[in-house]
Amino acid sequence: MKLSNKTKVLEQGEMTFAERIYLPAIVGGMGTTLKHFFSKKVTIRYPEQKRYLGPVFRGHHILKRDEEGAERCTACGLCAVACPAEAISMVADERKKGEEKLYREEKYASVYEINMLRCIFCGLCEEACPKQAIYLQHDKMVPVFEDRSEVIFGKDKLVEKMDNRYLREGWK
Amino acid sequence: MEITSTLFTAKAIYVGIVFAITLGVAAYSTYFERIIAAFMQDRVGPDRAGPFGILQPLADAVKMFMKEDFIPSQSSKWLFIVAPCLSMLTALMTSAVVPFGDKLDLGGGVFLDLQGIDVNIGILWVFGIVSLGVYGILIGGWASNNKYSLLGAIRAASQNISYELAMGLSIIAILMLSGSLSTKSIVEVQQNGHWNILYQPLGFVIFIVCAFAECNRTPFDLPECETELIGGYHTEYSSMKLGFYLFSEYINMFISGAVMATLYFGGYDYPGYEFMLDKFGMNIAALLGVGALIGKALFFVFVFMWVRWTLPRFRYDQLMGLGWTGLIPLSMFNVVLTGATMLFTVNGEGSNWMTVLLSWVGVALMLVVTAFYSQTQYKKKKLATA
Repeated sequence: MKLSNKTKVLEQGEMTFAERIYLPAIVGGMGTTLKHFFSKKVTIRYPEQKRYLGPVFRGHHILKRDEEGAERCTACGLCAVACPAEAISMVADERKKGEEKLYREEKYASVYEINMLRCIFCGLCEEACPKQAIYLQHDKMVPVFEDRSEVIFGKDKLVEKMDNRYLREGWK
Repeated sequence: MEITSTLFTAKAIYVGIVFAITLGVAAYSTYFERIIAAFMQDRVGPDRAGPFGILQPLADAVKMFMKEDFIPSQSSKWLFIVAPCLSMLTALMTSAVVPFGDKLDLGGGVFLDLQGIDVNIGILWVFGIVSLGVYGILIGGWASNNKYSLLGAIRAASQNISYELAMGLSIIAILMLSGSLSTKSIVEVQQNGHWNILYQPLGFVIFIVCAFAECNRTPFDLPECETELIGGYHTEYSSMKLGFYLFSEYINMFISGAVMATLYFGGYDYPGYEFMLDKFGMNIAALLGVGALIGKALFFVFVFMWVRWTLPRFRYDQLMGLGWTGLIPLSMFNVVLTGATMLFTVNGEGSNWMTVLLSWVGVALMLVVTAFYSQTQYKKKKLATA
């Protein structure tokens, strides 16, 4: 049965004279390697140069704010429930009078922590969130940590900075 | 007396510089080997140590020194230590007869030959020392008290001896042309563009193939072989003793490049030598010549690496077959061909271009005849099997 026309019958007859003196094939091969010598490299100098990882890459988490700068998270806990690695924990609190600028909903997370050693970057928290508060950024990786005390990321590291807002492709 | 002491000092400085250049080139060969390998495989290569990774050889050397210097308990300790030193010593001694340049005028009627020693056996010295180099490998392999090391060493020895024959025969044609063994006079015959490569195309091919085998470089790097021999003759070596072996390989590459440039590519000759001599004087012209020779040698080092990252290795019986049944008859033919071209042109008005033409025509003729012969053999075999 023939599935494609790519089949090649390999003939292993006696070598021709040109094949037996090796040199033509060697020169041809050296031409090939020389072509690669000058061709564009497929690897990069990684920490200095970085590649675009695509719009669906799941990297560093971010807790979004709305246009006025109020935190969107309402501490419903759905992300923590959805999380298969149980990396997320939070403490809910009630919004006081005068804090409307800070928190969008009447309930907010006073503590929001993600354990980065547990997180598997599956993105289920992002899917579970009803308030579009948590996202995994496509262009930023979690920085390397060298000590266990640096592993748990609190709100200081997670909440979006208003001067450096996160935008994903397709958002207006 | 004054002249002798100036000359002595100058010579000592010259020897020191050649030594430093050889070691420096060898050190940076390790770096460029990796860079060239990377480029040919579409990679970037080592670039962490210093800008573009140019401090990589230093880092490698530090690593080599820091590693545990291990000597197997059942080995012959003294020989085990001597062997890599011998390898290094012989590798470094070869450069003594390579003429790196013409004369330098030191003033006061003192002229310094830019050559370690101008002995009348010149090229034989190179051959002698290169043959001694096998001892480094053989003793190392034997002293390790490891059968794999010994097998690697035996491979190296038999390979080097086999290819030395063809190499020596290809040199004979050069000697016929220049009429001298001295490397200096071989180079002087080739001045003003009469490079031996024009007269000796076949000889050069034989010589470069043999040089690959002598340096134990791919496609003839059978003494080292992970799949069959675990490592080769240096399986038991570690630390700087291993470093010496690897280093001497790179020195050998550079020196064989320099020897090839001397024998076939006019040594320190370069186009425009006369012009430089008129315009800037003897010293500048001679120093440019040194640059030319080192450039040629480095080009050959590049070719060594280029071939390494292009070709897989030969099988051992193929290697022996190529050496004994391929290259030795070819080099004998080359001697005959050289004699014939000399006979045609020696006592006529025999222009050089006639000699050049004849030598190339001879090689072409040989190829055609061999191709024709192998074709008839092939047909005969086909008839017999059919």
